[in-house]
This record gives sequence, structure tokens and C-alpha cells, in this order.
Amino acid sequence: MMSVIYLILGIGAIICAYRAMVTQRLLSSILFLACVSALVSVVLFLLGAQQVAVVELSVGAGLVTVLLVYALSVVGDDARDQISVISKPVALGLVALDLLLAGVLVFPLVEPSLNVSSFSLAVVLWQQRVLDVWIQIALIFSGVMGVLGLLSENAGVGAKKDEVHL
Amino acid sequence: MISPLNIVLVMIISLLGIGLYGLLITRNLIKMVLVLQILVKSAMIALVLAGKVSGNLGTGQSLAVTVIVADTVMAVVALALAVQVRRYFGTLDVPEISTLRG
Repeated sequence: MMSVIYLILGIGAIICAYRAMVTQRLLSSILFLACVSALVSVVLFLLGAQQVAVVELSVGAGLVTVLLVYALSVVGDDARDQISVISKPVALGLVALDLLLAGVLVFPLVEPSLNVSSFSLAVVLWQQRVLDVWIQIALIFSGVMGVLGLLSENAGVGAKKDEVHL
Repeated sequence: MISPLNIVLVMIISLLGIGLYGLLITRNLIKMVLVLQILVKSAMIALVLAGKVSGNLGTGQSLAVTVIVADTVMAVVALALAVQVRRYFGTLDVPEISTLRG
């Protein structure tokens, strides 16, 4: 029964990811990406990673989707069918080779060991991997600063124009 | 019948392939951010799956949360850059931008 549920979720995620990649309209692609995030969060929940599933659902399917739609509303949807720089057969061959190597390395997956660690996410994150927390704080801070700098309304351009007038 | 964890593994490899292929053939900056999100999702499930298989689900979850934060910050900064690129160059086409001199 669980295999059927995983199969449905997996096929749904793969189809949505494929549609997100091939769809020409960016808004449709973004909505397909949100569907992938939602299905991935369900898979994470079933794997036992409930906290990560919640974070993925709120951040992946919520925040990132809103950000992408906002960026799209600013720049506009450019729905031209562009020819890729790398020809599609070459790209397909490279990806097939990569996946073949990955498949040879990881299949078949061994079953989970029985000596499951009793540490919860909170214990691991706040006691064993404190460095990760500091890295996350630094990343968020640098991300906010970067966005503030990048989206500041052309301060540099205005200053340059004033210099030219002088 | 194939076990649930092997199904998840097939899903991870398929998402990885779709993300890589999309990254190779796409030319739009926003679409690149989008396919990178698909790639990172496959890596995130792989971390959780590895944690579950090895018996350290907490460590896998911790790394997955770090990946989510890094991925979101990357998306935010990349989208801000894309907005600025569109504003200055008038296009989001990567080969076109690389031939421009600003």
C-alpha cells in the first residue's frame, strides 16, 4: 500500500517537474514548481522528516513561488521559444550518462538499519550541528543585505547622472 | 514489488535528470532559477533518505534544513539580479547578455 502511495507521489512530482521545465509560459512553470514542492513535502512527511516537510511546504511552495511570481510581474513574461545554446541531443546524452553513473552507484538501496538514532531534529540542530545554525543565520543576513543592495532604486545611476550635470 | 525507498530513489534520480537537462538547455534567467529549485529538491530528498537509511534521520533533516535556507537565499539573490539585468539590458536571454558590453 505504501509503495502505491510513493509511486503516485513520485510520478506526480516527476510529471510536474517535467512540465515546469518544458512549459513556455513562465507563470505555468512556476505553478508546476509549486506542485513539485507540495508533492516533495508529502514524500518527506512519509519518510519521517515532518519538520523538514513543513519548512519545505511553507518555504518551497509558498515563499519561493511568491518571489518568482513577483519577479515575473516586474520583468514580464518572455514566452519566445528560444533555441538552446547546447544542442538538445548533446544535453540529453550528458544527462543520461550522469544518471547512468548515479544509478550504478546507488541501486539497489539497502533497507534502513534497525539501530535508528533517537536524536530529534532539535537536538541535532541546536546541540550537535550548531555551526549549521550560524551558517544559516549568516546566509539569511547576507541574502537580505544583497537584496536590499540590488533592489535599491538605482541610487548609483542617479549619482552618476548628477556628476555628469556638474 | 519494488520497495518504497527504492521508489523514492528513482524519484530523486529523475528529478536530478530533469533539473540538469533543464539547466543545460534553458536560456532564460528566471527559468534557470526555477530548474535549479528542482535540482536542489532532489538533493534535499536524497539527504533525508540517506539519513533514514543510515539511521541518523536527525542529521539528514538538519542538513536538509540548511539546504532549504541556502537554496531560498540563492533564489532571492538570483531573482534580484535577474530584475536588475532586465532593467539595464532589457533582456533575460543569457547568451544575449553575455555578448553585450555595458
